Amino acid sequence: MRGLGSIFALVAMLAIFWWAYGSSRRKRFEEDGDIPFLEDDDGLPMHGDKDRSK
Amino acid sequence: MSTAIDHPEYNYKVVRQFAIMTVVWGIVGMTAGVFIAAQLAWPALNFDTPWLSFGRLRPLHTNAVIFAFGGSALFATSYFIVQRTCRTRLFSDTLASFTFWGWNTVIVLAAITLPMGLTSTKEYAELEWPIDILVAIVWVAYVVNFLGTLAIRKEKHIYVANWFFAAFMIMIAILYIGNNLAVPVTLTKSYSLYAGTVDAMVQWWWGHNAVGFFLTAGFLGIMYYFVPKQAGRPVYSYRLSIVHFWALISIYVWAGAHHLHYSALPDWAQTSGMVMSLILLAPSWGGMINGMMTLSGAWHKLRTDPILRFLVVSLSFYGMSTFEGPMMAIKTVNALSHNTDWTIGHVHSGALGWVAMVSIGAMYHLIPIMFGRKAGDMYSIALINAHFWLATIGTVFYIVAMWVNGIMQGLMWRAVNADGTLTFSFVESVSASHPGYVGRVIGGALFLTGMLIMAYNVYMTVRAAKKDIAATAIAQA
Repeated sequence: MRGLGSIFALVAMLAIFWWAYGSSRRKRFEEDGDIPFLEDDDGLPMHGDKDRSK
Repeated sequence: MSTAIDHPEYNYKVVRQFAIMTVVWGIVGMTAGVFIAAQLAWPALNFDTPWLSFGRLRPLHTNAVIFAFGGSALFATSYFIVQRTCRTRLFSDTLASFTFWGWNTVIVLAAITLPMGLTSTKEYAELEWPIDILVAIVWVAYVVNFLGTLAIRKEKHIYVANWFFAAFMIMIAILYIGNNLAVPVTLTKSYSLYAGTVDAMVQWWWGHNAVGFFLTAGFLGIMYYFVPKQAGRPVYSYRLSIVHFWALISIYVWAGAHHLHYSALPDWAQTSGMVMSLILLAPSWGGMINGMMTLSGAWHKLRTDPILRFLVVSLSFYGMSTFEGPMMAIKTVNALSHNTDWTIGHVHSGALGWVAMVSIGAMYHLIPIMFGRKAGDMYSIALINAHFWLATIGTVFYIVAMWVNGIMQGLMWRAVNADGTLTFSFVESVSASHPGYVGRVIGGALFLTGMLIMAYNVYMTVRAAKKDIAATAIAQA
């Protein structure tokens, strides 16, 4: 059972790496990193051209 | 406060309240710290008065700096960040206001009961059961308000800072309630539901994760928003931040056993705590590097921007103490460091160098916004710079004094003569520690002086902002 737990943890970790570093999600994560900059410094919504609504 | 500085869309009131209290409680908690440091150097300062004695004031200091100062910083920044990165107002203004007044009530109750000697004796969980229940209620209100805000967000992705905040508050709810389960005897006295070694293990499951989730995950949330904002560029690698998050939160919970090396805890549990602590170095440094590398191409900004300096130096201290921690968790190293001042030095390189400095940097960025000015537009940049140097030199002074003391104590305690008797009595090690204790008072006093300068700078910023608003109002009339 303990061995299975270790394997599960390893697989889960590898899955997270795969998800984070998969090339098809590259652009998406770059855009997500820009979220703090979607508003100007006064905190007023900028409503840029890109629609990022839910 | 004037409604003229209220944001049309967001609830900035609660952020403003917690931001101001961060400075206030910072000064209160650190003053208590400097005082108890002075008591260790000059025991006459206990004044033979029970409620002024070190044993009662020490938990007051730790509770004030962790939960009052650190807690206020986390409330302020998490409420600020979640609104701005979700582009929506807080889920509930009532709950927000309840968390502000509830949390501050808890702090006042702690400041009354701890000097009275009312304590459950669990480290970083000393408050007695009625206050614990209030903490739990306020905390659940906080979690509901935060997750509720995420649920009504207008931005499709949940920014990484919010992930860290969510993990921090959910885990703290579980750990705080779990560790404080007790049988009440009277209104002011209770006994832990756990016994013996299990009690110790549950306590350090909480204790180490107070560090891991309250003082690390929460403040990493601050880092992932304010470092990019102040540097003016997005985080170095958003993908690394995802791996950082999942690795950190899944490993931290297993490391607490290193607080119980060479105790009655089963040996396998001690060893697994050690191994998990060593693995923890990887995500810790991954996060540190991610924050640091955000500045690549913008390093020159450090020359002119003391706020950015606060944030970046806090990451250096984070890197340093998350290297030191795993090293101290190795059992052979721990055999030297356990119960010595080295541990206190380690805690403060994290608490002063990382937690306090990243909070101070965030506050200098955020407080002007709360009063209708641009980010970081404080009354005096020169005073921020003075604060930065006092904080850095104070922290270094403190930790060096404790390193020297700790290693000396460890070596003196383990020294044996040829016939097997101890070379030194305990009191000889106490006496030899005196210079280090004086050094610590100086380091702490330097850090506190920086906080007093911050308070003046904040006061002048608020005053200037109010004048501007009044002038605008007259011009418009």
